Amino acid sequence: MDDLYREVIIEHYKNPSYRGKLDPHDISFADSNPLCGDHIQIDLRVDTNGVVTDSRFDGHGCAISQASADLLIESIIGKPLEEVKRLNKDYILELLGIDLGPVRLKCALLSLKVLKAGVYGLGEASDQLVE
Amino acid sequence: MKINITDIRKDFPILGREVRPGVRLTYLDSTATSQKPLAVIEAMNDYYRHSNANIHRGVHTLAEEATALYESAREKIAKFINASSAREVIYTRNTTESINLVAYTWARANLKQGDLVILTEMEHHSNLVPWQMLQAERGIELDFITVTEEGLLDLENYKSLLSRRPKLVSFTHMSNVLGTINPAAEIIRLGHEANAIVLVDGAQSAPHLKVDMQALDADFYAFSAHKMCGPTGIGALYGKAALLESMPPFLGGGDMIKEVKLRSFRANSLPHKFEAGTPAIAEAIGFGSAVDYLTKLGMDNIAEHEHQITEYALERLEEIPGVKLFGPSADKKGGVAAFTLDGIHPHDVAQILDQDGIAVRAGHHCAQPLHEKFGIPATSRASFYLYNTKEEVDLLVNGIYKVKEIFK
Repeated sequence: MDDLYREVIIEHYKNPSYRGKLDPHDISFADSNPLCGDHIQIDLRVDTNGVVTDSRFDGHGCAISQASADLLIESIIGKPLEEVKRLNKDYILELLGIDLGPVRLKCALLSLKVLKAGVYGLGEASDQLVE
Repeated sequence: MKINITDIRKDFPILGREVRPGVRLTYLDSTATSQKPLAVIEAMNDYYRHSNANIHRGVHTLAEEATALYESAREKIAKFINASSAREVIYTRNTTESINLVAYTWARANLKQGDLVILTEMEHHSNLVPWQMLQAERGIELDFITVTEEGLLDLENYKSLLSRRPKLVSFTHMSNVLGTINPAAEIIRLGHEANAIVLVDGAQSAPHLKVDMQALDADFYAFSAHKMCGPTGIGALYGKAALLESMPPFLGGGDMIKEVKLRSFRANSLPHKFEAGTPAIAEAIGFGSAVDYLTKLGMDNIAEHEHQITEYALERLEEIPGVKLFGPSADKKGGVAAFTLDGIHPHDVAQILDQDGIAVRAGHHCAQPLHEKFGIPATSRASFYLYNTKEEVDLLVNGIYKVKEIFK
């Protein structure tokens, strides 16, 4: 528990550094977790070399989903899209530094699913994207 | 007879377990599914140990025993809801399937494009989606009785909807989120005056209230065993015999037929007409045993006990700064307390409470439109049943203070 609600997670939840929207942007995508209604939108700016130059997330949800979104956005700025495409579940768990049960894992992975669906230009943020 | 809570808790083996070493279970999620008393577990166990056989048509002893147990459970259930006959009780998998049965048979035989079906804004998805599917297929129209800020159905709004001559009114007897107990008899009477057929979603009322089909005069009443001390996988649809007789069958197969030729069949009589294939026999027997258990305690006693717990819970929860409760006051609702906690997502609330063994539910509780109406994505929901105590409410309250501490 103390693990699950590590200070860093509460901190990113209450005071996110990357919450907001980017206008203009090169990529924008939003989706929800149908189980709990958590919702995340991610905007990206990408330069001509395909590197993420700026990004923001917006939406609502539990501490796990929002903190993981903030940590994820922080970590991808400066990364090439090709690298973003390869990010998976383990990457998020490492960012959060905690273990999660199957239900909460869905909360944690929502932002990565949205990000990858946006980068790949898909219509839906599916589970397969992060496996 | 008043309820002796200590004795009742002993009837439910699971309530004695620890969720983790040294942490006792505080189960406040009975609205999702209730726990099961030993009598129900044993009844199903006994069936498998002593009487397991397929029902109907078998001539051997076990088949006869199994059939008798299965059908006597139906008699008990019919008596429990005061149906005029056991023929009016159709076994289904659950409330959802009961509602779908009506949507697939009665509605497809009777509703055509443009016909109006009245639902309410506080419905569970199980009483929305089957009608939305029919709307897509048939072009029926749907409209919804509005819910007031207090969490009650707006009956004036209902009356004005009735002037549009609906063919069907389908509503929940008790909201699984707000806890609101709707004035079912009045809603049904008004519906009948407008010549509508009326279906009641009884998933939350059958476990908690005395329900009487003769007094209610519902045309259909759908409920599930697992929310009323019985097993999962079994529920029932009550329907007035004349209506059920007039309806086409639901699923086709064994047991629902009188006679089959290569190119035709004749449907069986009630209730078997709607029960194709080998049913959930052990579960039906467990359902009967659950009804015995509730009957023995007395539904009025159960409702009274739950009312006391709910009143106490609402009072205590209201004292917590940042807690916002949804739904009406205790005198207008059953044992449900859905709430939000300022700045803290319900998932986080439920997760932290779980650490103390407190089981509550977080989410939209299969009533997404209702949450949208109140402008919230989700709530935490504590719900109470015959085995819950005021001490458990205190544990919940202390747990919520702990949540606030972590998010301080």
